Amino acid sequence: MTKRYSAFALLKEGLVGHTGWQPAWRSPEPKPRYDVVVVGGGGHGLATAHYLVRNHGLSSVAVIEKGWIGGGNSGRNTTVVRSNYFFPESAALYEMALKLYEGLSRALNYNIMLSQRGMVSLCHSPAEMETAARTVNAMQINGIDAELLSRAEVQRLMPALNCGPDARYPVYGAVHQARGGTARHDAVNWGYARAADRAGVDILQNTEVTDFIIEDGACRGVRTSRGDIRADRVGIAVAGHTSVLAARAGFRLPLTSFALQAAITEAVKPALDCVVVSPATGTYVSQSDKGDMVLGGGLDLVPSYGQRGNLPTLETVIAGLLEMFPSFRQLRLARQWAGITDVTPDSSPIIGESPLPNLFLNCGWGTGGFKAIPAGGTLFAHLLATGKHHEISRPFDLDRFERGRLIDEAAGSGIAH
Amino acid sequence: MTAFRVEGAGRIDRARPLLFHFDDVEVRGFAGDTIASALLASGVNVVGRSFKYHRPRGVWGFGVEDPNSLVDIAAPVVGANAQATTTLAFDGMRVKSVNGRPNVARDRGRFIDLFARFMPAGFYYKTFMFPNWHLFEPSVRAMSGFGRVDADAELPRSAEQINRAVDVLVVGAGPAGLLAALRAAEAGRSVLLVEQGGTVGGSLLVRTAAIDGRDGVTWTAEMLQRLAERGATVMTRTTAFGVYDHGLVALNEKGQGGRPDRLWRIRPGHVVLATGAIERPLPFANNDLPGVRSAEAALAYLRHHGIATGRKVVVATNNGLAYETAEALAAAGVDVTLVDSRRDAGIVPKGYGLLTGRSVVAAEGRGEVAGVRLDDGSRLVADSVVVSGGFTPTVHLYCQARGKLVWDAVAAAFVPGGPLAGLSLAGAVTGAFDLAGVFASVGTALQPIGVAAGALPAVAAGQPYAIAAAWPKPGAEGRVFIDLQHDVTVKDVELAARENYTSVEHLKRYTALGMAGDQGKTSNLNGIALMAELTGRTIPEVGTTTYRPPFTPVPLSSLAGWRSGGLFNPPRRLVLENVHRDAGASLREYGGWLRPAFYGDGPEVEAVAREARRAREAVALFDGSPLGKIEVCGPEAAAFVDFVYYNAMATLPVGRCRYGLMLAESGVVFDDGVLMRLDANRFVVSCSSSHVAAVQAHLEAWRQDRFDRKRLFIHNATPALATLTLSGPQARPLLETLDLGLALDDAALPHMAFASGAFDGVPVRVSRVSFTGDRSYELVIGSDRAEALWTRLMAAGAAFGITPLGTEALMVLRAEKGYIVIGKDSDGLTLPVDLGVTAPLRRKKGEFIGRRSLVSPEAQRPDRKQLVGLVVEDGEAPLVTGAHGVETRDGAKRSIGYVTSSYVSPGLGRPIALGLIERGASRHGEVIDIQHQRTMRQARIAAPCAFDPAGERLNG
Amino acid sequence: MQLFSCPFCGPRGESEFRFAGEFGNARPEGATVTDAQWSSYLHRRSNPKGRSAELWLHLTCGEVFRLDRDTLTHVVSGSYALGDCAEEVQP
Repeated sequence: MTKRYSAFALLKEGLVGHTGWQPAWRSPEPKPRYDVVVVGGGGHGLATAHYLVRNHGLSSVAVIEKGWIGGGNSGRNTTVVRSNYFFPESAALYEMALKLYEGLSRALNYNIMLSQRGMVSLCHSPAEMETAARTVNAMQINGIDAELLSRAEVQRLMPALNCGPDARYPVYGAVHQARGGTARHDAVNWGYARAADRAGVDILQNTEVTDFIIEDGACRGVRTSRGDIRADRVGIAVAGHTSVLAARAGFRLPLTSFALQAAITEAVKPALDCVVVSPATGTYVSQSDKGDMVLGGGLDLVPSYGQRGNLPTLETVIAGLLEMFPSFRQLRLARQWAGITDVTPDSSPIIGESPLPNLFLNCGWGTGGFKAIPAGGTLFAHLLATGKHHEISRPFDLDRFERGRLIDEAAGSGIAH
Repeated sequence: MTAFRVEGAGRIDRARPLLFHFDDVEVRGFAGDTIASALLASGVNVVGRSFKYHRPRGVWGFGVEDPNSLVDIAAPVVGANAQATTTLAFDGMRVKSVNGRPNVARDRGRFIDLFARFMPAGFYYKTFMFPNWHLFEPSVRAMSGFGRVDADAELPRSAEQINRAVDVLVVGAGPAGLLAALRAAEAGRSVLLVEQGGTVGGSLLVRTAAIDGRDGVTWTAEMLQRLAERGATVMTRTTAFGVYDHGLVALNEKGQGGRPDRLWRIRPGHVVLATGAIERPLPFANNDLPGVRSAEAALAYLRHHGIATGRKVVVATNNGLAYETAEALAAAGVDVTLVDSRRDAGIVPKGYGLLTGRSVVAAEGRGEVAGVRLDDGSRLVADSVVVSGGFTPTVHLYCQARGKLVWDAVAAAFVPGGPLAGLSLAGAVTGAFDLAGVFASVGTALQPIGVAAGALPAVAAGQPYAIAAAWPKPGAEGRVFIDLQHDVTVKDVELAARENYTSVEHLKRYTALGMAGDQGKTSNLNGIALMAELTGRTIPEVGTTTYRPPFTPVPLSSLAGWRSGGLFNPPRRLVLENVHRDAGASLREYGGWLRPAFYGDGPEVEAVAREARRAREAVALFDGSPLGKIEVCGPEAAAFVDFVYYNAMATLPVGRCRYGLMLAESGVVFDDGVLMRLDANRFVVSCSSSHVAAVQAHLEAWRQDRFDRKRLFIHNATPALATLTLSGPQARPLLETLDLGLALDDAALPHMAFASGAFDGVPVRVSRVSFTGDRSYELVIGSDRAEALWTRLMAAGAAFGITPLGTEALMVLRAEKGYIVIGKDSDGLTLPVDLGVTAPLRRKKGEFIGRRSLVSPEAQRPDRKQLVGLVVEDGEAPLVTGAHGVETRDGAKRSIGYVTSSYVSPGLGRPIALGLIERGASRHGEVIDIQHQRTMRQARIAAPCAFDPAGERLNG
Repeated sequence: MQLFSCPFCGPRGESEFRFAGEFGNARPEGATVTDAQWSSYLHRRSNPKGRSAELWLHLTCGEVFRLDRDTLTHVVSGSYALGDCAEEVQP
């Protein structure tokens, strides 16, 4: 049996028809109780389980997933990773994630294909250049790589970008984070799942949480489609569906669920080297290693749990793309879809204890959850294992809404989330 | 050369030959040929290279289901990844093969296939980690993708988009679609019938049929005639690619003669899906060799294009429908052997050999088919193998419409579970593969809309489908391909099962099965069935992946439509734009408006300084027309403005103006501006130019939520009224020359008052409000008279040294005064206290928007960022807007705020700046470090107002 | 393109509208409003999966109205002008 992934193992298995590979994760029967149960088998939930074992030595951990792991936003996003944030609190959070991403393939022994192709946020006016300067300086002060690019530098990075004066939104320059880029989303989910499973975590797929076991005013476990499962602490990491579980636990959260669309074109030979976003057109795009252009834009601002695409937003996103890259008119749309994002009033996440004791929340990542997975997992694991905040997650506690201490990146930096 | 044209067969126009280039090969065809059919007939066996292993691939299918034949079109209209099977051939066309260097015939990348055993599904997840994926990625990227984007191509900048409502939309113009469309049209419904292929009739143009005593082609022509008589619209080469919320169906109509494709958005009262079914491959080793193709496609190429797929052909099937292919090929003179995996189909062969109870286990040949090996070990020589593994109903649109599939064990396929609201199904999509069943399903499909199908056409019985499923088998020898476009084999699915990627979605993602541009039209079901077998589940237990739009790839240009250039988010334009242009203005977009940035030639800096200086010394005229003018009227108007402003407004006297802040409920400053009171029940809200729509919506929401809607009205008069502002010491003498019929002396019209006059008999409102710090008169006049007023002021102003004032110079003037621009000098966290406006919270009695937030713990924090002026302490250069104030605390550098506005003040002859700095209000006089791009400056914190702090010039 | 029905204008495409919040989020007022009450009004939402009563603004005519819809299927079940006994209609 071959356990460890490597070029050598691949050669060896290649000679014997790949019959020695083990399951990436088991499909165990649920146990009646665990120390910690994490609800939600997306990137955040799986990473949390992984770090509960690895960082905190817990031995009895389960991840409960209604469908198949990685089937929600962590398998539907546009795979962008970056930490070009404005406030020190956000910078610390997302930089923690990016740093972990940088070592993740080897840490998990699973190639997550981190591709640091650079993240370029375009500026289309002198006013946007001023905002860009504010962001770049904030990032540099926060110790994060960021440069302000001139138009010529932008053009050099992206020859296909229309930087001419005839562009509807002329390019003045850009914010560049060279360490930004993409990672293969499925690989992140599966890599964490495999690592967690190896460490003894039970990943329970096709298991739906129907209610919480509440005794003496505190959460003591979950009721599921496969029976009751008791736990000392329960964590929720279910993104767009958090409000549904919160309602079962008897509280409301500062969340509204919206569909965020994404789409890909057919695969073509390399034509775009970095990840680029234009706040003016509302479009962002990168080319995957497979060759397709992966595009996205703003939210469909109709509250929704329907995980499907729609035309109006997509048409705007594509019009924006073609304004930026006129030669992409040759391309064709291959697939569109949507994920359900849980959006907070300040578009920053919530990590903290819920109003129900022993029940903890990791939610509110909105459109930006994927890039934060390693940090979300690390911080949530810390909270679940110790009952206390890591200093990086403290500002993101639910209590900030009562205190009025919001962390509103869009408000602070003018750069869309 | 294998395939060949059969004399006299097909519907191509042999009188109109055509010639095009495929790479450097000359390809001859006829009008009516697709690129694929012309390539086939010309003996081009290799049309593509597979994605992963660069294996040679030939034409497999006939239409959108073909996984192999992607090409780039270099002329006449450039396009990447065109499907050769659905793209018409033109004389003079230039077609390039993709994914082969230098081309697919002699692909240098074909060596990859030698290493295929080391590259199973997901192999990249297991390697390339040491030392770093970054080292391997560039070569992987270079290998990936199919076609190329031609960066220099000139492409039409806009495509048409058309909206249409119809009673009944019928998708698919085969026998079911034709009959359903005709019956609906006969019942008086407006009908749109769309067909993705180039011809109407579907299987009737391919298979022999006898309908009411006519052959299928004649019957089709009659149906078309009758549809036309009933006024139904029939569109060919038009694909219904998506069903969206609330029943919207999107179509893409292929362009012709250089016209781009166009998008149709249809709102149908009802949809009948008659989308047919797609043939599956048979799983055997090397089933991807060029020359192996669909039996249905082989028949279609013969009937449509007069092409026989080979001279010695093996037809392999597990159902009755491939017999017609065998029979037709034999009739065309082809040597045919039919291999039927069923033991006894009870069919007497006509002109071809028949082996029953036998299956093909491998295709043999190097680079193209030379023969097959059967399960009994025997071999057959063949130059083409045509296969039918059964038919998969085309349920994509049904599933997009949230329909649920059920498993039909007899048809060995997923079929729709039944009609949905506003959508029903007819024909092969329901799992009916014989003509009688197809017509019968039309009656069911029309029931929901109350249309009777009437007497159904009488048909002669054809071969029964009678499929005996032949799913891929675990442990099959050789390389049995399931997904041809993405190179997924039986071994890959086995590996996925072994590694527990057993959910159908994991199977798809891990092996890439069905993720290519064809979205697995021929492959998904075989993959699902194999996974079911491997994991001891039934096929419906494994289930399908989610069907996503579009059904077939849609040009991005169709979806963008006309939103291009100036029509993409069109900027709003000033009534006086041409006047400004004539005055030499450089226009720039500000908050969605195209406005003069500065006037005249020369460097911008000098022009701005010139205008600013003249404004301070003499008089300047500024076009402030986008400035919001929202009227609030009614008996509740005073209470309303008091509620929506932070400042007390109910006490504002008639004829006076008051500056105020509007807050959001979070307490954050949402907008600022001047409120005027026209009379007891009438106010004008003057809001920021870029904010008018947002403010209007904000006011409307509160009006309707909280006030009596019958006693309070809001009207946005901004578009109807122009605002021209005179500012400067000479403003009053200049204005006096116009004789507006009102007293301009300071007693009659003091600062923050307004009065009404007339200009050439047209009412004009004159307000003493200032955004420059100088005496200013804001003239509001009907937009249609703005040009006359502007022209008169400029002419009369010449004697007073007037200058037109651009937005850039105005920004300098207001910054000198410390006047803020919301969103620039404030951000999404700025509270009134941060701007030094605290009196209303202390004094105002009534409730107002955002009040409670101003007493939150956060609002009380001492270290809030507050508006300050910044005086440069180290030289003459201005600070950079966006630079941060920094300090070092506990050894770490941190930001304490940032520069929000920065200019060189022509009036003061030194740089000025505004900023938001922590505890700034209490730090005046303190010198702080300012960082931009790792360089440090020094600035002293001061009051925001740097110019005329006593405000004497307002009346100067 | 979803179709929403403005009580004043009738059915129109979704891009003519703007979501204005959940219906029935009462504004707490007076001197005794606590931080928690105010925060709840500002930020906490039911965010239901399924039937939902919402406030929408029709951008073109300015009408603010109640729209009852299903957040999963997107089926619209009704729209009501404010003040027209909208409070009595149960979602």
